[in-house]
Amino acid sequence: MSHQSTYTPGNGFARWMDERLPIMRLVNDSFVDYPVPRNLNYWWTFGAILSFCLAVQIVTGIVLAMHYVPTTELAFASVEHIMRDVNYGWLIRYVHSNGASMFFIAVYIHMFRGLYYGSYKAPREVLWILGVLIYLLMMATAFFGYVLPWGQMSFWGATVITNLFGAIPLVGEALRTWLWGDFAVGDPTLNRFFSLHYLFPFLIAGVVILHVWALHVTGQNNPAGIEVKDPKKDTVAFTPYATMKDAFGLAVFMILFAYFVFFNPNALGEPDNYIVADPLVTPAHIVPEWYLLPFYAILRAVPDKLGGVVLMFGAIAILFVLPWLDTSKVRSARFRPLYKQFFWIFVVVCIGLGYCGGQSPDKILIPVGAGGFDVTDLSRILTIYYFLHFLVLFPVLGLIEKPKPLPESIAASVLGDKSDKS
Amino acid sequence: MIQFSRKTGFLALAAAAAIGLPLLAQPASAAGDAVKPIQSEWSFQGVFGTYDRDALRRGYKVYKEVCAACHSAELVRFRNLMEPGGPEFSEGQVKALAADIVVIDGPDDRGEMFERPGEPKDRFPSPYPNSQAAAAAMGAPAPDLSVIAKARPDGVNYLHSLLVGYTEAPEGFDVLEGLHYNTYFPGHVLAMPAPLADGQVEYEDGTPNTVDQMARDVTNFLMWTAEPKLEQRHRLGFQVMIYLVLLSGFLWFAMRKVWSDQH
Repeated sequence: MSHQSTYTPGNGFARWMDERLPIMRLVNDSFVDYPVPRNLNYWWTFGAILSFCLAVQIVTGIVLAMHYVPTTELAFASVEHIMRDVNYGWLIRYVHSNGASMFFIAVYIHMFRGLYYGSYKAPREVLWILGVLIYLLMMATAFFGYVLPWGQMSFWGATVITNLFGAIPLVGEALRTWLWGDFAVGDPTLNRFFSLHYLFPFLIAGVVILHVWALHVTGQNNPAGIEVKDPKKDTVAFTPYATMKDAFGLAVFMILFAYFVFFNPNALGEPDNYIVADPLVTPAHIVPEWYLLPFYAILRAVPDKLGGVVLMFGAIAILFVLPWLDTSKVRSARFRPLYKQFFWIFVVVCIGLGYCGGQSPDKILIPVGAGGFDVTDLSRILTIYYFLHFLVLFPVLGLIEKPKPLPESIAASVLGDKSDKS
Repeated sequence: MIQFSRKTGFLALAAAAAIGLPLLAQPASAAGDAVKPIQSEWSFQGVFGTYDRDALRRGYKVYKEVCAACHSAELVRFRNLMEPGGPEFSEGQVKALAADIVVIDGPDDRGEMFERPGEPKDRFPSPYPNSQAAAAAMGAPAPDLSVIAKARPDGVNYLHSLLVGYTEAPEGFDVLEGLHYNTYFPGHVLAMPAPLADGQVEYEDGTPNTVDQMARDVTNFLMWTAEPKLEQRHRLGFQVMIYLVLLSGFLWFAMRKVWSDQH
C-alpha cells in the first residue's frame, strides 16, 4: 500500500530541510498519513507494544550496564549492588528482567496473530521472515542476558546451551571451546556474553526498521485478510486513528507490566538464580526461562543429542519457510473453518510443550503399572504434532478446505460485523 | 477480538485451561521435589504489604545470636539497618551494633593492616573466611543468607517451615551420623542441626520466644535482607497503577472520540 506522499512543509525551515534530508516527510508518510485498514482489532496493537518493549529494554539495559561488572567474581554482587545501593536500581533491574518476559508475551501474541490471520502470505513473506529473524535475535539476546547475573541457572543454562554445539559432528568440540573462550563456561564466556548482549538489541532495532519498512511497502494485513481496494473507504490515517488505538492498547499492557515489576517481580524467574553460580553444584533441574521452555521440551524429547538440537533449531527454522508451506489462498482464519480449529489446537500444543519443558522429564502424568505416561512421552507426541502442523496440515488444509465466502471489501466487512451484532 | 465459533472457542479454552492451569499452579521448580511448606500470612505480602518493624528487630536479634554463628549475609551492611523500610534502628543503635565487631582494614601509610571497630558502612561479618573453611568446620558449607528468602521456591514459607520442621526421623528412615532429619528439607536430611529451641533468644519486647515465633521473626528479617526496597516498591507501584488505570481510561475515551466519525 505504498502511497503518494502528502507531506507539505509547514514553514521555511521545513522546506529547506525537506530539500536536503526529507526526514519529516518520512515520519509523516510512515506514522501520520500512512493508511491503515480500518478494521484492525486490538491484536494489531502489539506492533507498537513491541517497539515500546525494545525501547524499554535498551534504555534500562544501558543504565544497568553502567553498574554491572562482567566478571565471575563480581557479577552477582554487582547486580545486588544495583538492587540495593543504586538509586532506583531495584526498579531499573526489575523493569529489565520482567521486561524480557513482557517482550516475549507480546511477541508470541504478535506471532500467533500473524498465524491466525495469515499475515505471512504473499505479498508479506519478507515481512514475516524479518519478523522470525527478530524473534531469533530476541531469543539469543535473552539467553545472553540471563547468563549475566551469574546465578546458578545462569551458569548451568549457559553450560547446557553451549554444550549443544558440542553435539555437531567433527567441529562440535572445537566450536564449543571457541564459544566459551576457555575449556569451560567461565570469565571469557561471561565477558563475551555481556558484549553480545549489548550488541544484539541494536541488531534487533536494525531488523525492526527493515520489518517496518517491509510493512509499509505491502501495507498491513487485517482481520478480514483481504487487500485494500478503495483506500478512501477501506483505510483510515495512521494518526490519529491507529496511534490512539495503539496508545490505549499500550497503556493496558503497561498495567500488566507494572503488576509484575512492582508486586510480583520474581514470579517469572527461577529462585535458583539468586544462588551464586557454582560449577561444582548442579541444580536438581536445569530449566530455561519460560519463553524458551517449548523448545527445551523439543530438545529433550529426542533421545539423540544431535537429533534434539536439529529438531529444536528446526522448530524455529520451519517458520522461515511457512509462507511456502501454506497452500491456502485465503488469509484470515475467520474464513477457514478447518484451519481455525487446528490453529487453536496448535496454540494448546505450544502451551503443552512449554509445560513439558518446565517439568522433570520422568515425571509420571498418567500412572500405568510400575511406570506410566511421563512428561517425555507427552513431549514426544506434542513435538511430532508441532512439526505435522507445519509439514502436513498447512499444505493439506489449503487443498481440502472449503473456505467461507470472503467479504467484498474491508469496508463491507466492517459493516457486516455491525449487522452481526444487531 | 478474534472471531471464533462458540464450540471451537470453548474446546480451545477448556484444553488451554487443562494444560495451562497446572503450569501456573506448579511452576517449573529447580529445587527438586519437596514437601509443601506451611502456608502462613506475612505482613509484607500483598499490594500494600509492609514489614513489621518489631518482627524485623526481633528477627535481627535471632539472626545475630543464632544464624550468624555459622552463616554470612555479605550483601547486608550495618547502615541498612537504619534505612527506611527496614528495622529502622536509630543511628546511635546502628553505630553501637557495628562497633561490636572488629574489622581488619588497611594497609595504612606504613603498609600495615590494622584492626578497627566496625562502622555502619561495614558488611555483616562472616563467621568463616570462605565457604571451604565453613565446610571443613561444619561438614557442609553454610549458604549466605542475604537473598536466601528469594533463592528457594516459596521462600519465606519454606524458611519458616524448615526452622520449625525438625522432628525425629520416621520409623525405618536411616539418618547418618552428624546429619539431621527435617520434614521440609528436600530429601529430609541436612547437616544443619535444629538451630532454635524454646526460650533461646531473649526478647526485650515481651514477645513469647517460642521456636515458631523466633522462626517467623527471623524469616521476616531474611525477607527484608533479600528485598530491602520492598516497601518503596509497593508504594511506588500503587501510584504507578493508579496513574496507568487513569491513563488507560482517558485514552479509551479519547480513542472512542477519535474513531466516532469512522464507525
